[in-house]
Amino acid sequence: MEVAVIKYNAGNNFSVLCALRRLGVEAVVTDDFDLIRNAGKVIFPGVGEASSAMAYLRDKGLDSLIKSLQQPVLGICIGQQLMCRHSQEGDTDCLGIFDTDVLRFPAVDGMKIPHMGWNTIKVTSPAGVIPQSAANAFVYYVHSYYVPVCEATVATTDYIVPFSASMRKDNFFSTQFHPEKSGDVGEMIIKNFLEL
Amino acid sequence: MLAKRIIPCLDVKDGKTVKGVNFVNFRDAGDPVALGKKYSEEGADELVYLDITASHEGRKTFIDLVTRVAQNINIPFTVGGGIGSVADVETLLNAGADKVSVNSSALRNPSLIGEIASRFGSQVCVLAIDARFTDGDWLCYVNGGRVPVQRHLFEWAKEGVDRGAGEILFTSMDHDGVKTGFACEALARLSEEVSVPVIASGGAGECSHFYDVFTAGKADAALAAGIFHFNEIGIAGLKQYLYDRNINVRL
Repeated sequence: MEVAVIKYNAGNNFSVLCALRRLGVEAVVTDDFDLIRNAGKVIFPGVGEASSAMAYLRDKGLDSLIKSLQQPVLGICIGQQLMCRHSQEGDTDCLGIFDTDVLRFPAVDGMKIPHMGWNTIKVTSPAGVIPQSAANAFVYYVHSYYVPVCEATVATTDYIVPFSASMRKDNFFSTQFHPEKSGDVGEMIIKNFLEL
Repeated sequence: MLAKRIIPCLDVKDGKTVKGVNFVNFRDAGDPVALGKKYSEEGADELVYLDITASHEGRKTFIDLVTRVAQNINIPFTVGGGIGSVADVETLLNAGADKVSVNSSALRNPSLIGEIASRFGSQVCVLAIDARFTDGDWLCYVNGGRVPVQRHLFEWAKEGVDRGAGEILFTSMDHDGVKTGFACEALARLSEEVSVPVIASGGAGECSHFYDVFTAGKADAALAAGIFHFNEIGIAGLKQYLYDRNINVRL
């Protein structure tokens, strides 16, 4: 099975590739429409800023392509955020796969932003990509914007507010945390996605 | 709840881990990738690799090392040492680093922080500050703690955050290598004055020092080197110690 990692200007593609390799999977990093469309699984990673990422995706036509994909797609971090309707970051219209908006964490005394480090997840629906064995695990986060808990939420984390740690709608899966940096638990989650 | 982080720091010279006492007198502490992997397996939350070689050859070795770390280790890591430009940052991120720390170069050219943050995001940019308590205030040093500059810890940290730093790594040179505990008072004030996470560095000698730095010192993360390299404190044991005392850590 071919795994395609979408190549764009907000990727930490190398980290994702390394995680896949540790699982014995050789993925292709590409922005080629045919390769992405024909892949068995697609990963939409990200570390970056929403407005420049969306501008790049639109420029390459990757926005419509991603929305049209039929195979399992996993959005990671800003990948999850870009799959939503709109982001407060740079007042950006996003892909609109998840019918919700992305907000900035409110400033609260004593709470640092970005939310950075290891926090626990709580799985709220078995429909997502997180296996039961990781239902209350620590995972690694780095972000200043969050997706509120909504209909597509399958796992939550509490930081300042409860937010969507992981989501699913149809063939689209996502995590706000970085499974590729979340130790053995993260690798288990990626493996679970590859086995969908 | 967000966990307090334990971060082993590996100083790398010519491809090997070294640890100085008071920033000089290096002792060999082994292969950086093997050591990092061991720490990761023992429960380290992140790793920091600092390149303390200045030569061109040493630099190439370090970039190769960054790639090997990314390939072999499944937790986040920061790299620092000798980063003077956005191009340096790009090279290291492309090699697989998650974050970079800037120190002397940011003091000499503060706009570098903003350039890194706007290009790669604040979360990538760790501002490392080495300071020594001098005449009633914390004076910053550059060049691995050798040269004092006329900037003070708190105002420089705040400026750094305003310019886009996503984290502050504060090393107390007075405490570094001495093993009598972290600079908790200064750390607590720093943590209150900046809106981003603070990593405490310098002074770890025993488990209780970590408890102190997460409570009295209000630090978000604690970094240490020698005590881990020479097996004076094991990471798993340290985290269990903290967990037993109601510090939220990832076990």
